[in-house]
Amino acid sequence: MADQIPFVDYLVLGDEPHLVARECAGCGARYFDRRIACAACGTRDFSPVPVARTGEVRAFTIVTFAAPGVPVPFVAALVDCDGTSVRGNLVGVPPDPGHVHLGMKVALTTYVAGTDGTGVDAVNYGFAPVEA
Amino acid sequence: MSDELWILGIHMTKFGKHPDLDLVDLAGRAALAALADGGVAMADMQVLAAGNLLGGAGSIGQQVQKQIGQTGIPVYNVQNACATGATALRTVCMAIKAGEADMGLAVGVEKLSGAGLLGARPRTEQEGPWQRSGRFGAVAPIDGFIGTETMAGVFAQVGMEYGHRYGGTDFELFARISEKNHAHSTLNPLAAYSKRMSLEQIMNDVMIAYPNTRPMCSANCDGAAAAVVVSGAKLRTLDPDQRRRAVRIRASVLTSDPWQEACQVLPDVNTLTRNAATRAYEQAGVGPEDLDLVELHDCFATAELVHYDNLMLCERGGAVDFFNSGATWRDGRMPVNVSGGLQSKGHPIAATGIANVWEVATHLRDEAGPRQIEGARIGLAHVIGLGSACGVHILEKAA
Repeated sequence: MADQIPFVDYLVLGDEPHLVARECAGCGARYFDRRIACAACGTRDFSPVPVARTGEVRAFTIVTFAAPGVPVPFVAALVDCDGTSVRGNLVGVPPDPGHVHLGMKVALTTYVAGTDGTGVDAVNYGFAPVEA
Repeated sequence: MSDELWILGIHMTKFGKHPDLDLVDLAGRAALAALADGGVAMADMQVLAAGNLLGGAGSIGQQVQKQIGQTGIPVYNVQNACATGATALRTVCMAIKAGEADMGLAVGVEKLSGAGLLGARPRTEQEGPWQRSGRFGAVAPIDGFIGTETMAGVFAQVGMEYGHRYGGTDFELFARISEKNHAHSTLNPLAAYSKRMSLEQIMNDVMIAYPNTRPMCSANCDGAAAAVVVSGAKLRTLDPDQRRRAVRIRASVLTSDPWQEACQVLPDVNTLTRNAATRAYEQAGVGPEDLDLVELHDCFATAELVHYDNLMLCERGGAVDFFNSGATWRDGRMPVNVSGGLQSKGHPIAATGIANVWEVATHLRDEAGPRQIEGARIGLAHVIGLGSACGVHILEKAA
């Protein structure tokens, strides 16, 4: 098996792939990017917290027109993972409004997004529908 | 120093294709026309604020001065996403409020004809070893891998989120909002597109980002708009004709997005708009029920719906019922985007925040011709730029 690295640094691979947020020590606000301070309260201390692997689709769009090189169609969504909002694509579901709906229950999954010239896979996350 | 602000002169160019005019030509023409409309000249201006977002124009204000009058006044070149024009106007308002000037000029200009999809950068192949970059430590640009960066897709989700929270939305509802604005545009000779479109035509057009089809997206085009702002004290020294056509700025507000859960995941265009509206109604001493017309930032059909709610034109959560009541058509009780809105009038980004004010002011002056909203006394102009910035201006007809 080829070497694998996560697509973004807030994705943790392994037996149970999951996302890790940076949680503000002052107010509990959660972020996925590299931080200077908390935008909500100004605190500069953060600790890593795992984000729930399941969630509910709070908003989505089916992108059929994108930048050159970006494969379409795909479903972009805002997923509420037990109170933490996550941006991600919906995968494992036909990208049409007959199959994607608001409030849909989804779970985090991973897939190989690409392989570089040295044979290393970049593994990305997405959200796939789960049976209600 | 006066605490009153007035628009003395204002102008918007025809929106559309201007292949023979560059940014400076368009901005300069709009500025001269606004000055002429106000019966004043560059020599009367004590401050200039100018905006251009995507043209790479650099110091657009000074370039315009070099064509229409280098008088040595301070120039503020501003950029604030789709609120750039409103920010230029607000900058002049602040200078007058501060007592540093009693008359100033704001101008916004953009050339976007044929610009295509905004917000999207081409993806390139990965050849060498993966390397992390950016604040997410991503090995490649995330657009398309983790959600979408296209404006059509972002604002589609904004509308869908509203639907998830309150219900009642579907593809057809959003398309009917677009149908209204395209119908309104048929009366606007300055609109980039002024063709009526049926609901079927809108729904069957090219899908860009569900549920926004192409005619439900703001139209890329060229255009400029400019406004001359004057203090109340200065206005009182001017001719009766100038005073009669002056339009009072009852509120001038600019906000950015306060932190909310999820706001760094999907832009929150709601909170800052509600905050701007709240402050503007307080400043103006009026409520939404006092408005005779509204020009709001319908960059996508999905965005117009949420701003009915954010601007408090309806009860919280009531935007769908409000639209379905017919209120926002030009013959309804709260006409919205009688210009045709960004979907048909067009959206030359940095011009938009002054062009919306021009539309409202033109109705308040009773000069809107066939699309005049009869008896209009008070109107509101709203823009929002992602990032985010929101401008709200409330205008009132001269007494």
